[in-house]
Amino acid sequence: MRALRRSGPELVVVLLAVVIFVVPFSFMVLTAVKDEVQSAELDFGWPTSWPIVQNFVEVIEARDYVLLRAFLNSTILTVVAVTLLVVFCSMAGFVLQRRAGRMRSVVNFLVLSGLIIPPAIVPTIWVLQTLGLFKTLPGLIFVEVAFHMSYSVLLYRAFVAAVPRELDEAAMIDGCTGFRLFFKVIFPLLRPVTITVILTTSVAVFNDFVNPLYFLPGDENATVQLTLYNFQSQYSTQWNLLFMDIVLITIPPLLAFIFFNRKIVAGMTAGAIKG
Amino acid sequence: MKTTLHRLGVAFSAALPLLSLAACGSSGSTTAADGSVTISFLYDNNEATVNGAKAVVQAFEAANPKIKIESETRPAGTEGDNIIKTRLSTGEMSDVFWYNSGSLLQALNPGQTLVDLTGDPVMKNVEESYLPVVTQGGKAYGVPTGTATGGGILYNRKVYEKLGLQVPKSWAEFTANNDKIKAAGLTPVISTFKDTWTSQLFVLADFFNVQAASPTFAQDYTANKAKYATTPAALTGFKRLEEVHAKGYLNKGFGSANLDAGIKLLAEGQGVHYPLLTGVVPGFIKKFPQVGTDVGFFGLPGDDAAKNGATVWEPSAAYIPKTSKHLDAAKKFLAFIASPEGAAALGKGTPPAGPYRIKGAKLPDDAVQVAKDLQVYLDNKASAPALEFVSPVKGPSLEQITVAVGSGLTTAAEGAAQYDKDVEKQAKQLGLAGW
Amino acid sequence: MTSSRPSTATSPEPPTAAAGRRARARNGKGGRGGNPYPYLFYVPAGIVYTIVFLVPTIMAFYFSMTRWTLFDSTFVGLENFTDFFAEQNLRIGFQNTLIYAVTTSGLKVVLGMALGVLLTSRIKLRGFLRSVVFFPVLVSTVAVGITFSVLLKPDTGLVNKALALVGISGPDWLGDANTALLSVALVDVWKGVGLATVIYIAGMMSIPRDYYQAVAVDGGGAWHRFRFVTLPLSWPATNSVIILSFIGGLRSFDLIWTMTRGGPGFTSDVIASIIYKQYQAGFFGLSTAGNVILFIVVTALVVPLTRFLSAREVAA
Repeated sequence: MRALRRSGPELVVVLLAVVIFVVPFSFMVLTAVKDEVQSAELDFGWPTSWPIVQNFVEVIEARDYVLLRAFLNSTILTVVAVTLLVVFCSMAGFVLQRRAGRMRSVVNFLVLSGLIIPPAIVPTIWVLQTLGLFKTLPGLIFVEVAFHMSYSVLLYRAFVAAVPRELDEAAMIDGCTGFRLFFKVIFPLLRPVTITVILTTSVAVFNDFVNPLYFLPGDENATVQLTLYNFQSQYSTQWNLLFMDIVLITIPPLLAFIFFNRKIVAGMTAGAIKG
Repeated sequence: MKTTLHRLGVAFSAALPLLSLAACGSSGSTTAADGSVTISFLYDNNEATVNGAKAVVQAFEAANPKIKIESETRPAGTEGDNIIKTRLSTGEMSDVFWYNSGSLLQALNPGQTLVDLTGDPVMKNVEESYLPVVTQGGKAYGVPTGTATGGGILYNRKVYEKLGLQVPKSWAEFTANNDKIKAAGLTPVISTFKDTWTSQLFVLADFFNVQAASPTFAQDYTANKAKYATTPAALTGFKRLEEVHAKGYLNKGFGSANLDAGIKLLAEGQGVHYPLLTGVVPGFIKKFPQVGTDVGFFGLPGDDAAKNGATVWEPSAAYIPKTSKHLDAAKKFLAFIASPEGAAALGKGTPPAGPYRIKGAKLPDDAVQVAKDLQVYLDNKASAPALEFVSPVKGPSLEQITVAVGSGLTTAAEGAAQYDKDVEKQAKQLGLAGW
Repeated sequence: MTSSRPSTATSPEPPTAAAGRRARARNGKGGRGGNPYPYLFYVPAGIVYTIVFLVPTIMAFYFSMTRWTLFDSTFVGLENFTDFFAEQNLRIGFQNTLIYAVTTSGLKVVLGMALGVLLTSRIKLRGFLRSVVFFPVLVSTVAVGITFSVLLKPDTGLVNKALALVGISGPDWLGDANTALLSVALVDVWKGVGLATVIYIAGMMSIPRDYYQAVAVDGGGAWHRFRFVTLPLSWPATNSVIILSFIGGLRSFDLIWTMTRGGPGFTSDVIASIIYKQYQAGFFGLSTAGNVILFIVVTALVVPLTRFLSAREVAA
């Protein structure tokens, strides 16, 4: 009896979750495997033909294999930007939490501003040009690092608060200060929040649409989100190819998610509570 | 506070020229050891543009083995406008680029950014009557890419035949046709407000009629003397938009329908009239082959059947930015685009949607029906260029306003007044004289 | 939480006052022999941030006072600001921005908490449900926008087809002025609730078991456990969810832009979409002024809210 009472609502909840969260994804996949004419109906109908391979090949081959170059570019961009974010922001977050003083209020203000102020595109381009970094992958990497910095510093600062100071003191007695203190003792302890930073910022950088459009124009420089433009234009849309593209570019975040799934809650636990 | 900011401002405006000087030249252009040259070519990613541009590039490369062209695409619409402006102002433009003529060109500051082609041999095949739309301050900057496009009503000829309808010459006849179509259980007027730009046609394509009724409108409008809300002939376009909604002529779900869905309705005959540009048609031939033959075009009917004509959008043009390092090669390419062979090559990629603006280039016999219909208007001299080709004034929010009027959210008079304000804002921001 | 930045899972408030005092005391003492927490650590982050973000932002503040075509600029003082306030649809924009931010952050708190309770209970398929709820967070906003625009279509859309099965004739969700903004807000919640849920799960899992046992000893049921333990003790999580989704909601733009472009007409315009349209129209000075105003509005709303929330937290 008890078991029944328990599993009744459970079943409802699971069903609801499936409908609300799984159906949209199945729609994406279903549309991706239809032919062009049927996909234009945009309904949930069962595919009348299954040109899966053909759609896949067409998406890959479109614009001289731009999608493959886009995957390569996006991967480099994401890996490098996220690595820099982790190193730079963990250091900054550590000192920001540990060392009081006027500097702290200045930095806190800058961090909050970074969260609120929308970036200015054209002046940023000028600055990058003066440095010779405009239209280069390193340029875009620095842009992504700068734009996601506030968020990552906040995360690290909150987490460092949970690391007991006694640890620092013990290490200092052993003569460990500055870089050695941080990288030998503290940084390994920040692992859970590092995983959170890696997962969330890499998804954000990988899914970024606007910044690559402005800071890294050109077909040979395309990133994955820009490939959505290949199949959708002002005058007509090839829905089956568009959705095939959506499905393909959603796979990397999906893999990252499966890989980090268990750890993300741990990272959040540590971060959210002890902040 | 104010003074500090002001001083800051002065400091920055002093620093600006330095920054733009530091900007590097155009990229993607190289000269190889054997004397062959690579130039870059930027165009929008509409399927029709891409196919046409690719075909021209191929034909050009075949005829000029020493010049290689590297293609680059950009999004169309206002997003594309900003990319063009950003790249021109930062000195990063490709060697040749494909962009709108008319008021959009004026916003690029061509005198400062583009290579002057006035009197250049490049222009020798360009029709004189085209030149005004690529000219600023007496200098011409571009050659036409593609064909003129008509703005008005695309209609399903099969349904017209079946219901025994005649192409309307006046608004009253148009309304009578709509009633018959509605009685037959079909959608008289297709509207697709998800693609907001398609909502503007009743206003913009009515310009032939505006000009017929009030010949100085464009001039007065540019000089801030005539307004949409207070010029009856100009207000009519907004009223028409209001009327077709109020009479229930629109398709169900017009608010979230897009161009694709609209063309489908038209091609399959469930919808009969679609206020649109003929230039849209070639891009859909692959998906709906029947649009090439079953869909025809007529100009937006006005009050007077005796003064019937069509509003025409001039083709886009190819331009060379001043930052191009391969001027000779770029000019060769432009000369090819503006030759009958170039036009023919382009037409192979994308079937023409209207008449060419290049001397000696003719519509092929198997051209799409809408192009032939438009040619008739031009041959009869019953056409006028759209307002955006004769005036630099064009408000950015027209498409939102026409969606609101066309959905019955705002009245025609209110919409016209809103648009006048929108236009005023634009004229001020662009620093036009008299505003 | 649809801004292009990811949202953080932590509360941004500074460490406790006690920790601050301790830190000051120690720094006062440790004057000799170099600080163990060198300011040098700020340098790499500081360089990138200053060059790529701060310098352009300060330049932008200047351009907000010019008429700027990208090719040249004329100083016009505060004219852009008065022009921005004269924008016809600005009132709708402000209203919609507030409605959107309040609706999305409110729903994310309520649903996130409910899902959090559910997914920390001993329910079957817990792992599966957690993954399913979190997954939308990872999909790009553009892809989500495209998909839902299709699902919400009036005739062919899945949502209305499902409603038709139970005899309801659904509206043209995105094409109807009355439903457009709320439809987008709901999709925003769909995409963002996973993150709120994870924050809540994290918060709830760290509540010590003893508290629940104490309630059980007093004879309290499930409702008491929720009311007197879960709800107050997950306050830091609530705080984070509210702040992040509220800032995100106020600045939100990309989902609205992909799904309605502010339409039909101007009915689902928010401040950020008005600014973007001005930018697209080439009114660069005007749109920069709009950004400055948006920044001030967000700060004016968020700073008191942060104060209020952290005061509640101390009290709780």
